[in-house]
Amino acid sequence: MAGGIAWQIATVTAITDETPTVRSFTLTVPDWPGHRAGQHIDLRLTAEDGYSVQRSYSIASAAAAGTIDITVERIDDGEVSPFLHDVVVVGDRLELRGPIGGYFVWEPALDGPLFLVAGGSGVVPLMAMVRERERARVETRTRLLFSSRHYEEIIYREELDRLAASNRGFEVIHALTRSRPDGWMGYDRRIDDRIIGEVLEPLGSRARVYICGPTALVETAANAMLRLGLPPDRVRTERFGPTGT
Amino acid sequence: MTDARDEDPVERHVVDGNALAGELQMIFGADMTNVPGQCVHCGTVSAVAQLRAYVQAPGKVLRCPSCGGVVIRVVETPDATYVDVRGAAYLRIERR
Repeated sequence: MAGGIAWQIATVTAITDETPTVRSFTLTVPDWPGHRAGQHIDLRLTAEDGYSVQRSYSIASAAAAGTIDITVERIDDGEVSPFLHDVVVVGDRLELRGPIGGYFVWEPALDGPLFLVAGGSGVVPLMAMVRERERARVETRTRLLFSSRHYEEIIYREELDRLAASNRGFEVIHALTRSRPDGWMGYDRRIDDRIIGEVLEPLGSRARVYICGPTALVETAANAMLRLGLPPDRVRTERFGPTGT
Repeated sequence: MTDARDEDPVERHVVDGNALAGELQMIFGADMTNVPGQCVHCGTVSAVAQLRAYVQAPGKVLRCPSCGGVVIRVVETPDATYVDVRGAAYLRIERR
């Protein structure tokens, strides 16, 4: 993989609302080398007085998409996400570097069924894997266990439902931790050992696991996987904190 | 229904080595997240991505997930980057 990564100017070419507080931005750079599902970019904003802030955002688009989609949750007291949500419009230019990361990545050639576990916007790098799996037309059995607070806050809900309905070995299992619509059939609590065991069971111990979300969720899920006998080298994790957005 | 870590002012900001991937790639010229390193304090070998990252400070600190010892510190000043890897017995960077 290429060594250096330089800052470059990207153009915002599309903005899409995902939920009331989450929005996706499509970024285009002149010579994007392509990325691997699970990688991220660093975004840098610089004020006129030279003050600069930097954030990492996972890439949501499939590896061969040619463009970079990032999905950003608006954090009211955040420094960067309110700017992206309230100020940035199509045509604006932003400074980024990437693609970054080689640990939390998946490629269609990897063996074994896939078990993806997401909490909130931790779904973003996993969505790149789901989209890449679809783009490459591999039928690797894949289960996404996705924890959100409320039904309305489920990021990519319609696309996930559509992919699951196409019945090519992809399933999504939701957990809603705060409120649930009437007749809710999914899990109604935070992800715990029992949920992990139930969702893992049909995939077996050859599953390849990617977990992304807040630290507490990542540790609960990762520890459960190890207790259930998965080898540590098949369990990959990425933690994000409240500052990640 | 909150985890104790959600409330702790320091622990709730802990992420992992993935969060320093960009800085480390700038410094080392290669992706470092997949690089195994040995903690000098306890001997545990972890990928850089697996180290605990404390990033809410003037410097960024990567700690061993097993013993909590400091493995790598990165401090950026206006004109230079300081990298302290005293806490790593080694980092195993593959030649390509």
